[in-house]
Amino acid sequence: MATYEPVLLRRIGRPECQGIEGYRADGGYKTLERVLKELTSEQVTNQVKDSGLRGRGGAGFPTGLKWTFLPKGHPGPIYLCVNCDESEPCTFNNRVLVEKDPHQVLEGIILASYAIRATTAYFYIRYEYGHGMRQMQKAIDEAYSAGLLGKNILGTSFSLDVFVHRGAAAYICGEETGLIESLEGKRAWPRIKPPFPAIEGAFRKPTIVNNPETLANVVHIMERGVDWFKSIGVPPDPKNPRDAGSYGPKLYCISGHVNKPGIVELPMGVTLRELVENHGGGVWKGRKAKGAIPGGNSMGIIPESEFDIPLDFNGPGTVKALGLGTAAVTIFDDQTSIVDVLHNLCRFFAHESCGQCTPCREGTGWMLKIVERIRRGQGRREDLDILEEVADRIGIMPGTTICGLADGAGWPVKTAIRKFRPEFESYLKSGPRQGVRLQMAQSH
Amino acid sequence: MSHPDAHVRNRDLPPIPGPLPVEIRERIFSLIPRYPSKQAVTLPALHLVQDKLRCVPRWAVEEISDILDLSPAEVHDTMSFYGFFRDESDRLGVRRLWVCRSLACALRGADGLLEKASELLGVPVGGTTSDGTLTLELAECLGACEGAPACMIDDEHVHDISDESRMRDLVQRLRNASTGPA
Ligand SMILES: Cc1cc2nc3c(=O)[nH]c(=O)nc-3n(C[C@H](O)[C@H](O)[C@H](O)COP(=O)(O)O)c2cc1C
Ligand code: SF4
Ligand code: FES
Repeated sequence: MATYEPVLLRRIGRPECQGIEGYRADGGYKTLERVLKELTSEQVTNQVKDSGLRGRGGAGFPTGLKWTFLPKGHPGPIYLCVNCDESEPCTFNNRVLVEKDPHQVLEGIILASYAIRATTAYFYIRYEYGHGMRQMQKAIDEAYSAGLLGKNILGTSFSLDVFVHRGAAAYICGEETGLIESLEGKRAWPRIKPPFPAIEGAFRKPTIVNNPETLANVVHIMERGVDWFKSIGVPPDPKNPRDAGSYGPKLYCISGHVNKPGIVELPMGVTLRELVENHGGGVWKGRKAKGAIPGGNSMGIIPESEFDIPLDFNGPGTVKALGLGTAAVTIFDDQTSIVDVLHNLCRFFAHESCGQCTPCREGTGWMLKIVERIRRGQGRREDLDILEEVADRIGIMPGTTICGLADGAGWPVKTAIRKFRPEFESYLKSGPRQGVRLQMAQSH
Repeated sequence: MSHPDAHVRNRDLPPIPGPLPVEIRERIFSLIPRYPSKQAVTLPALHLVQDKLRCVPRWAVEEISDILDLSPAEVHDTMSFYGFFRDESDRLGVRRLWVCRSLACALRGADGLLEKASELLGVPVGGTTSDGTLTLELAECLGACEGAPACMIDDEHVHDISDESRMRDLVQRLRNASTGPA
C-alpha cells in the first residue's frame, strides 16, 4: 500500500499545532470563510450527506442524513452537542484531536452549526480530559477574539456561541441522551427514543449530537470535496444490503500487548492484522496474539484467527462481533487468560450501568458475579450457558433496555464464550493454569 | 456511574463554615446566561464548589439550589448520581490520585497497582490520607491508554506508572507538593 498522508493528524506534533496563528498559517478557517460566504446551510448538509460520512462516535450513523432529520423551517433554537465524553475504554482519539489541534475541531463545530442552523453549541467533555478542556477553552477564546465566534461571524448574518461543559466521570454521559440529561443538570439517565434528539433533544429543542472526529472530518469534506472523501476507504459491501460504506480517514487507537501503543490515521478498511503489525510494532515480547477487542470494550472479543477482518463499519460484523465501535483495538497476548480479559470487561459495565433498566442493572451485575466465580475456580458447567443467555437478552437490540450500554455489556460475554469456549471449559475443569496470569494478577 | 466503593469516611474534620465565597457565587451567576435553563448550571456549580472546598457541604447544596431556583433535593439527586462529588463527611484531600483499572492498563501491569497505592498511602480506595494531602480513587479508562498503565492527578494524566517504584515516586512527589490539610 502506498503510504497514506494523514489529514486529521496532519498538524499534530508541529510546534504551533494548538494556537490559532499556527492553524491559520496552515490554511485553517479559510474553508469556513468560503463556506459562510458562498454556500447555504442546505448546501453544506448536502455535501456532507453526499460524502457518505458516518459518525465516528461508535454507532456509525450517516452524519448528513442525521442532520436532515431536524424539523424543516424550525424557528429555533437548535443545538449542537459535541460529544467529547470519550469514555469507551481503550479509546483516546478525541483526546489527541482536542489537546493537539483544537481549532480543527472548532472549525468543524462552526461548520456543522451553520449547516444545522444552531446558534449555540455545547462542547461536552469528560472530566478526565482536563488538558483537552483547557486547550479547547483557549481555542474558543481565540476564536471569539478573531470574530470567528459570537455575533455576525466574519461579517455574515450567522452567529454562534460555543460553551464548554465538563462531565463528572461517568461513562453513560457519552450516550447521546444521557449526555443531554447531564447537560441539563440532571442525572445522566438516557431517554427512551423516539423522540430522537433531532426532534426533541437538549432543553426539549431539536439537537444534533456529534463526535469531535466526525466534526473534524466535516472540515476536510468542505475543503476537499466529496470525491476526495470517497476516494478514501471502502464502498458498501455488496453482500450486506444494510452497509452504507465506510468512506474517509479514520483514527485508530492501538493499545495493550503491542510494542508501540498509540494512535494512527489510516483509510477505513485497514485490517486488524496490518494495524497490529505495521502500525502497532507487533505483539510485545516476541509473543503471539491470542485475541483483541476490535473497537472499544462494547464490540466483543475476537481471536487471532480473525485478525484479517477489515476495520471498517462492516468488517467486525462479518465475524459476528458487534461492529467497528470506536476503532480502538486492544491486543492481548497468548499468555493472557481469556477469563481475566472478560472479567475486566464485565467489571467495567457493571460499574458503569446507570441503573435505570432492571435487565441492565441486574444483568451486568450477575454476569460479573458469574465470571468472578469462574475466575476463582468455582465455576459450574452451566455457567457458560447462563452467561450467553443473559448476554443475549439484555440490550436495546433484544428490546429490553433503554440504551445501548447493555448491548455493549453483552457482546464481550457472548463473543468470548462462542469464540474461546474450549479455554473456558478447560478453566472450569482444572481452574487457572499456572503461568497464565502474567500481566493480570487477581484483584477485586 | 461512579465508584460505589469510594465512600470511606476516615477523617474527623471540623465543619466547613458557609456561606460560599462571593467569587464562587458570582461565577455561578455568570454561567446562567449560557443555558436556557438554570438547572443546567448544576454540574458547573458543583465543580466550582468542590474545586474550592474539596467537597459539597449540605449548606452549599442549598445555596446552589437557591441560586438556580431548584429544590435542594434536585441538586442533591444530580450530585449523588456522579460518585465524583463528595459530601462534607467525605471530603477530598489536596490532590486526588486516580489509578486506572481498565483493560489496556490492566494488560500492561495495572492490576495490583491500585492495591499498591492503597498500601503505600495507608488508605482504602476512595479514602484520604490522615494528613489530608491525598485521596485515592479507582478509575475506569482515563483515555490515556497509549501510556498504560495510566494514572491521573486531579485532571491531568500521568503515563507509564508501570511498577511499584514508579508508584512510590509518584506518591512521594505528590506528598511533597501538597501543603497540609485542605
Ligand atoms: C453507552 C454508550 C456510550 C457512548 N459513548 C459515546 C462517547 O463517549 N462518545 C461518542 O461520540 N459517542 C458515544 N456513544 C454514541 C452516541 O450515543 C452517539 O451515537 C454519538 O455521539 C453520535 O455522534 P456521531 O454520529 O458523530 O458518531 C455512546 C453510546 C452508548 C450507547
Ligand atoms: S441500558 Fe443500562 S445504562 Fe442504558 S439506560 Fe438502561 S440501565 Fe442505564
Ligand atoms: S485503559 Fe487505562 S487509560 Fe485506558
